[in-house]
Amino acid sequence: MKDSGNTETRRLRFEIFRFNPEDANSEPHTDVFEIDETPFMSLYIALNVIRETLDPGLQFDFACRSAICGSCGMMVNGRPALACRTLTSDLPENIQLYPLPVFKLIGDLSVDTGTWFRGMAERTEAWIHERLPFDPEAQEERMSDDIAEAIYEGDRCIECGCCVASCGVANVDPEFLAGAGLNRVARFMMDPRDNRSDEEWFDVVAGEQGVFGCVGMMACADVCPKELPLLEVYAYLRRRTLGARFVARSDADQV
Amino acid sequence: MISRLETTDVLVIGGGLAGERCAIEAAAAGQEAMILSLVPPRRSHSCAAQGGMQAALANCVKAEGDSPLVHFLDTVRGSDWGADQEVANIFAEEAPNAVRELAHFGVPWSRVRGGRNHYFIKGEAVDIDEALENDGLIGQRDFGGTAKWRACYAAAGTGHAALYAVDSEVVRLGVTVRDRTEAMSLIHDGSRCLGAVVRCLRTGKLFAVMAKCTVIATGGYGRIYGQYTSNATINEGTGAAIALDTGVVPLGNMEAVQFHPTTLSPSGILVTEGCRGDGGYLLDKNLERFMVEAEPEKQELASRDVVSRHMAQRMRDGKGVDSPYGRHLWLDIRHLGEKHLRTKLLEVWDICRDFAGLNPAEALIPVRPTQHYSMGGVRVNKDGESYGLAGLFAVGEAACWDMHGFNRLGGNSLAETLVSGRLVGSRVAEEASGMSLRADTGLAFDAIAAAERRAAHWSARTGSGRSVYDIRDAMGEIMMHKVGIFRNGDELEEAVTGLQQLLDDCDNAVLRCKDPGVNPELGFALRLKGMLRLAMTVALGAKARTESRGAHFRTDFSSRNDKDWMNRTLVRWADDESAPTFSYEPTGLIDLPPGHRGYGSDDRIEMTGTVESYNDTVQAEQAAHGRIPSAEAMGSRLRRGAWKAVAT
Repeated sequence: MKDSGNTETRRLRFEIFRFNPEDANSEPHTDVFEIDETPFMSLYIALNVIRETLDPGLQFDFACRSAICGSCGMMVNGRPALACRTLTSDLPENIQLYPLPVFKLIGDLSVDTGTWFRGMAERTEAWIHERLPFDPEAQEERMSDDIAEAIYEGDRCIECGCCVASCGVANVDPEFLAGAGLNRVARFMMDPRDNRSDEEWFDVVAGEQGVFGCVGMMACADVCPKELPLLEVYAYLRRRTLGARFVARSDADQV
Repeated sequence: MISRLETTDVLVIGGGLAGERCAIEAAAAGQEAMILSLVPPRRSHSCAAQGGMQAALANCVKAEGDSPLVHFLDTVRGSDWGADQEVANIFAEEAPNAVRELAHFGVPWSRVRGGRNHYFIKGEAVDIDEALENDGLIGQRDFGGTAKWRACYAAAGTGHAALYAVDSEVVRLGVTVRDRTEAMSLIHDGSRCLGAVVRCLRTGKLFAVMAKCTVIATGGYGRIYGQYTSNATINEGTGAAIALDTGVVPLGNMEAVQFHPTTLSPSGILVTEGCRGDGGYLLDKNLERFMVEAEPEKQELASRDVVSRHMAQRMRDGKGVDSPYGRHLWLDIRHLGEKHLRTKLLEVWDICRDFAGLNPAEALIPVRPTQHYSMGGVRVNKDGESYGLAGLFAVGEAACWDMHGFNRLGGNSLAETLVSGRLVGSRVAEEASGMSLRADTGLAFDAIAAAERRAAHWSARTGSGRSVYDIRDAMGEIMMHKVGIFRNGDELEEAVTGLQQLLDDCDNAVLRCKDPGVNPELGFALRLKGMLRLAMTVALGAKARTESRGAHFRTDFSSRNDKDWMNRTLVRWADDESAPTFSYEPTGLIDLPPGHRGYGSDDRIEMTGTVESYNDTVQAEQAAHGRIPSAEAMGSRLRRGAWKAVAT
């Protein structure tokens, strides 16, 4: 296990964004809380200490507390991160916590990622467009393990929203698919079970809200807690999309 | 904008795998379905299932000879004969289709690689040639308590992949999901459930949903063990608690609580059984593989309850590793190699890095047993319909269906969510299509008013009472240390006394947050009493059950007692009663006669009567305990004696 290091206890100073939209008297502001650091203290532990001992009204979201459910994305010293796996020992004594931008604020550090991701899934029809209905009598269709591993790599996104919050385009265009949306499209595009044609994919991904809306700042890849290879994902999408266009043009030329 | 009263055909409380699969089936059958979920459904605790989903597909060499019948045998033996054997059979028969259906929904199952494969089996490196004709079929890995390799998997993110695929289907079908909502109580007239009162976790406002059928799919109650659980913070047993509150719906086998051998110390984060399935070892402080001597046949892959007890005993014997956070043991997966760890066990790699700051290819992982799964829950018949209230169903971990009995096999719960979700969804759709909605608005508004009074009571109370979080922590300490892996009558009595004190304290606890809107402290306070009541049913059930069966281990009654305890605990407890009422029903029709599980010595106290005479009583006795008749006759899906062809 990681050595807990020096024996001197740090006093942590949290500056936390506060706003309760349900309270007519609430104005956006920040509150400051001070607590003693304990060994292996994560922001999950720290925020619960603050809520349970200092301010019981503080709103934030955690569920799995093991970096797999994606509930606890927030701005940690200006950078989107999963709070549950952020250790205070990796942070300075002064810690600023803000809610993720782009998503609608529910209160304090809690934002509505569910609505954004459901909307994205509906717009991109993020499900397998299958050839035939499920046949309970049939053996499963074969797939090579290499392809299964490649799809799984894209499937690992936990929809925490950190990439969306970090994206310059998503911050001004709420319809932009951003890292998580584009990754999801690529995941289905490479899945041999999805029978959408390149032309159909073109409509999903080629517009301003798709891969060509990306201006290439790549903060998404820097902040992704799952370290998804987003640069490669966008390159794949561009290649497939441009390929589809050229094929379609040359087909049209021959008519 | 949410109105005070909403209607739907089928109301599903809980957006994990079981609830979503159930809603899909109802929606596909033409019923309007609405899912309530504490969190966006993809954040449900189903996503935490790591290592696998049991289904007898038999696609790899070490799975040869597997079949649903072998799976049935493993499940019943694993349950220590506490399972309903007809349900276990339905489950084992349908599990392969559930896996294939998930492939159809998009799960990228790990596939068989034909040709030479390198495995670790019982500590030995083994090369096995997988048949070339099986290349590309869904692969299996080894898991605990099974005769064959049967756990189908997607790296170590099986639950995540399954949940995303199933939720994609929910989106495709356009099923309404109300995320950030929580059911507070059931609306019923004493004989039929008519919906639920719901709190919006965006605004704090209450509303009612009236439905033809209501399904509880809220998962387990692990958080009554406080911090001593692998469960997510949202697994607070709300569904079981609101069913218990009705006073007419019994919970089944609440004392049947599973402890997972390998959770990270001290955080309690799960490290999948797939680590041991793929060849990982447990080591004590002297780096000795103690499970080899303890269980020479299955070693680290004995049933979870068995491994957890050996681990707890090893630490009691002074062979644990001391740390500032208490004792732990080691999990060693270094020999599996970085490539394997970063593909087939990727999530374990991430968890070790993020939460223990270690590289599992180089370092030992500190682990200890922690509460993991709730075998008990809302007691239902084989269609998933509750005892006591028509139109109320339960599915998945929230239910006591009851295929797990007193110990669940790893990978069986993920399979259960899909199998029972589909089956119960189909039954719910059938029932809903044959009736019209009874929108008894009087009952609904009364129920909303009662829930509002509860909330107002909390907000109005002043004084110097304990904090709700303090009570929660005290509950967790009692549950882990007195209702844990090893139990005895004296400590269980102390637990009951302690929990009663906490229930009294809860009635006088004071909130410090008076903010309008969500008010997280109020939200927790509204759940706390239900959690304490569940904890009390676990402690009392454990105290009354004077035998050891599966995960319920009594040091003062260390034998399984089939003479007196071939039964299921039922408990009813209306919210205005001071104490619960316990009763016992026969476990279910017996096909595989009670026998030795194969761990330790065989010191069972045998049944006195015959299996036939036992079976003669089941139907009438279960009916007397409130069992609602299932669509098909009891026993219709028990393949009597078929297991004899595969038994070893």
